[in-house]
Amino acid sequence: MIRYSLGRLLGLLGSVLIISLILFIAVRWLPGTPWNEAEIPLQGAAKENMMRKYGLDQPVHVQYAKYLWNLLHLDLGNSFIYKTDTVWQTIARGWPATAKIGAFTLLIAFSIGIPVGILAALRQNSLLDYIVTFLATTGITVPNFAVAVWLVMFVSVKMDLLPTQGWGTWQHIVLPVVAYSLAPTSLIARFTRVSMLEAMRSDYIRTARAKGLAEPVVIMRHVFKNALIPIITLVGPLIPNLMTGSIFIENTFGVPGIGRHFVTSIFDRDYPVIMGIFMLVAVLFGLTYFISDILYTWADPRVRLTDRKT
Amino acid sequence: MTSLKEAEEKGQKRRKANFMWRFRRNKLAVIGLCVVFICLFIAIFANFLAPTPYDVGNLTEARQPPSWSHVFGTDAVGRDYLSRIIYATRTSIIVALGVQVITLSIGISLGTLGGYLGGWVDQIVVRIIEIATGIPALLIAMFIMGLLGHSMWNVIFALGISGWVVETRITRGQFLAFKEREFVIAAQAIGANRFRVAFRHIFPNIIPILAVLLAFQVPAVIFNEAGLSFLGLGIDEPVPSLGKMISTSLGYVRTYWHMGLFPSLMIAIITMGFTFVGDGLRDALDPTMNR
Repeated sequence: MIRYSLGRLLGLLGSVLIISLILFIAVRWLPGTPWNEAEIPLQGAAKENMMRKYGLDQPVHVQYAKYLWNLLHLDLGNSFIYKTDTVWQTIARGWPATAKIGAFTLLIAFSIGIPVGILAALRQNSLLDYIVTFLATTGITVPNFAVAVWLVMFVSVKMDLLPTQGWGTWQHIVLPVVAYSLAPTSLIARFTRVSMLEAMRSDYIRTARAKGLAEPVVIMRHVFKNALIPIITLVGPLIPNLMTGSIFIENTFGVPGIGRHFVTSIFDRDYPVIMGIFMLVAVLFGLTYFISDILYTWADPRVRLTDRKT
Repeated sequence: MTSLKEAEEKGQKRRKANFMWRFRRNKLAVIGLCVVFICLFIAIFANFLAPTPYDVGNLTEARQPPSWSHVFGTDAVGRDYLSRIIYATRTSIIVALGVQVITLSIGISLGTLGGYLGGWVDQIVVRIIEIATGIPALLIAMFIMGLLGHSMWNVIFALGISGWVVETRITRGQFLAFKEREFVIAAQAIGANRFRVAFRHIFPNIIPILAVLLAFQVPAVIFNEAGLSFLGLGIDEPVPSLGKMISTSLGYVRTYWHMGLFPSLMIAIITMGFTFVGDGLRDALDPTMNR
């Protein structure tokens, strides 16, 4: 177990290194400079000075070595655009809003998705089941920005219940969370339903019933507990996904989140911020995959850990 | 006495009929298939269906609500909204299919290499998959769009080059599963070379699963294309894109409802159509699944 974990973490470190290298080279290929060349067309010595200021005058491998050295100290550098900010500060400014929406979305996705999925599975092929399956399929497919536009149109404009855009009060959180949680809720409901059905059909459930256990005990203790196992693999990647937020949702509702920073950093050629966000997301995803694999073996002892997975 | 070949053909025919029957029984899947065909029809015959070209506007008719002369109204510079949506559907479909060509080519080659050859080749493929899983594909696509500039072909390239992970993983997994089957070992035993075994004997068995994947990936790509355009990282004017129409409409949401409603409905219809077909295909191919 410890050997496996160490191997996985080393692998993660390797992946992050390779991602950083590819990105670093790609970022330097981006046409354009950190300042607006249309407004400030610099030439000759002035340009050289600016390049030196941003550390862009050195060869790429020297820049990369420096970046790695700083990364080792958890220093992601300074933002090119917000000159007094470190990348950490830029991220810290956007993340709370994103995380808030993500956390509420997760809460809703679980507290609605799982019970609805269980209910549909218990009444398989009933009208309720059909409605749930249909709604869940619809919820997964309809893009969240389309849902967001409908919500703005009907709830904000037509009924005038909630603000269309902005951030600050609780009213601003409702619509983004509703629009954002539709897809994960549907996904969890559908997945719960299928794995419940699968578990219900297995032999140990027949045994549990045969030995005369009460139906609620069978459902909660035997079926649900086993149905939970595959849900872990689904939920693992879902968490970093939701916590890094939806750029579309943030854009539609004017949420000052991390997604907006990412988009503006690409437009502004803010290399350190682009790199920083990518690195953070890569580490976050890697760690969650790792943790969900560990959890999976804990929940299902039949699964053995080996180094050759995927 | 029936020859082996006849028996084999009969079996194939029966399996096909069985499959068709199961697919047809699924009403949502049939509706989805109709929607898909309608979308393809719109995409192919956009020139004939659209009342006006997509880039011709009349400023005196700007921002009109739906009327008899403009069924879906007009946009901010007076272009017929119905025509814009018809051409935007074409954009979505072209992008979706173009991206599939790239992702399937990369996915099938990498997956076949890893799954069939195994050994150190597979180790490398697994590593590549692991690295590519580390970052959400959409972020990479956004990054590439920033790098290349905005056009439809760049969108196809960006989404294709960032979105092949699922295809690779599934192809690899299927090859791993089929590699040890008797008919493969038999083919190897009579001396078929590796290329022939991989593509004549194993690959045909994977096609159904790839077809299901395709049906699910198309709406995902359409979603992502619309998303890129929605953020201003996608297709530039005057070429219409549903995502761009939706994002533009947000500025007018208080006064001109038709600008947001029609493109968002259209994209919902397209993505739902493809997903229902995917669901139907999967269930018809694998009747042991629930429903």
